[in-house]
Amino acid sequence: MPDLGLDVLFKGKNMLRLLGGLWVAVRISLISVALSIPLGILLGIVMTFKNPITKTVTRIYLEFIRIMPQLVLLFIVFFSSTRTLGWDISGELASVIVFTAWGTAEMGDLVRGALISIPKHQYESASALALSPSQTYFYIIIPQTVRRLIPLSINLVTRMIKTTSLILMIGVVEVLKVAQQIIEANRMSSPNAAFGIYLVVLIMYFMICWPISMLARYLEKKWR
Amino acid sequence: MAEVLLKVKDLVKQFDGSTVLDGISFDVRRGEVIVVVGSSGCGKSTLLRCINALEPIQGGSVELGGEPVVHGSKNLAKMRQQIGMVFQSYDLFPHMNVIDNILLAPLKVQKRNKSEVRAEAMELLKRVGLEDRAESYPRQLSGGQKQRVAIVRALCMHPVLLLFDEVTAALDPEMVREVLDVMLDLAGQGRTMIIVTHEMQFARAIADRVLFIDNGKIVEDTDPDTFFENPKSDRAKQFLNIFNFERSK
Repeated sequence: MPDLGLDVLFKGKNMLRLLGGLWVAVRISLISVALSIPLGILLGIVMTFKNPITKTVTRIYLEFIRIMPQLVLLFIVFFSSTRTLGWDISGELASVIVFTAWGTAEMGDLVRGALISIPKHQYESASALALSPSQTYFYIIIPQTVRRLIPLSINLVTRMIKTTSLILMIGVVEVLKVAQQIIEANRMSSPNAAFGIYLVVLIMYFMICWPISMLARYLEKKWR
Repeated sequence: MAEVLLKVKDLVKQFDGSTVLDGISFDVRRGEVIVVVGSSGCGKSTLLRCINALEPIQGGSVELGGEPVVHGSKNLAKMRQQIGMVFQSYDLFPHMNVIDNILLAPLKVQKRNKSEVRAEAMELLKRVGLEDRAESYPRQLSGGQKQRVAIVRALCMHPVLLLFDEVTAALDPEMVREVLDVMLDLAGQGRTMIIVTHEMQFARAIADRVLFIDNGKIVEDTDPDTFFENPKSDRAKQFLNIFNFERSK
């Protein structure tokens, strides 16, 4: 068996450092998703309005965010905001801003789809029971929408975790960056470590994303 | 004679320029059971939907207990609390169990005491034979059970008027009976009801008055025996003939 340089993993605190980097990635994704869900629900509700102005504005937002590569958005928020607006924001905050903007757009579109799929007679029987429009949304429409959404938004979490591999480009030390640092530091003593360490990173992403995907599939079956 | 509870006057309803209801007028007295019949698309369901203002109307008025019921008006919520409605499609909220479906509006709209409403709901569920299904979810119930729950849900708001919009039309034949029995029981309690149905024998049994609607107008407004034995209009005779079968040899 060729030397994969896995011994590097057990040198010093390397394994802990990798796990720490993984936590940075997961934390940014979780915060972004936690913000994206309420904002996305609001956006989705606004997107179902028949008003042409809100329709156009939300459509442009959605298309803009979807078309732009996430890396470009990260650069715009992190570098350009410093030059033009004078903000000194950390890479982690910039990541959360971009991922939340992206997650809100994706969630908004999912919410819009879920809302228009709620049958009309659900609204009508709520009206016939004298529930106000806001009570109808709060007790009837949103809970049903959320059930349809949870599996979809869990998938969004896995997509976000995978996309956090980009944030090393704006100086956030997440799992991939830690891996690079470890490989660099051991280039002389263990030149093969690149393979072993990246393999470990791959397994780490898998160990995080796979159970989340399984949970989404389980919930989808359970609530269908 | 009991006082007039519901007054519908010159009601006009149009959809995209075509007139569905064309000057409907009738009164319902307290305790009366009105059955509305007519061929499909004659506007029976629309009439019910206009009575509790689920649809805006283009002319005429609906008054309940002397107060107007107007689509989009401020006191509409107050008026709708007095009008219970059960639909053809199973309209229970699928994410709530039976008891929560029933309790939602009394607690959130009428702000009533929970234990009191719950006791009342259990009593009503018992009356329709579903006291053991309080914790079930709608997807675990048969169509007939769902409709009985929907009736209990409407009753728990203490409505003075009940509207039934073809509540058995989507049910298998063996489940129709259990729902109709509940409605007969309600009629026996002296409830005021307006029922749209295609079950003619049931209509005859339960009705104090039959309204026959054709082309958006009330063609006959009479007692059930007269309607089913000696309808005056040709249109009603034709309509009733659909339900007679003769074997051709």
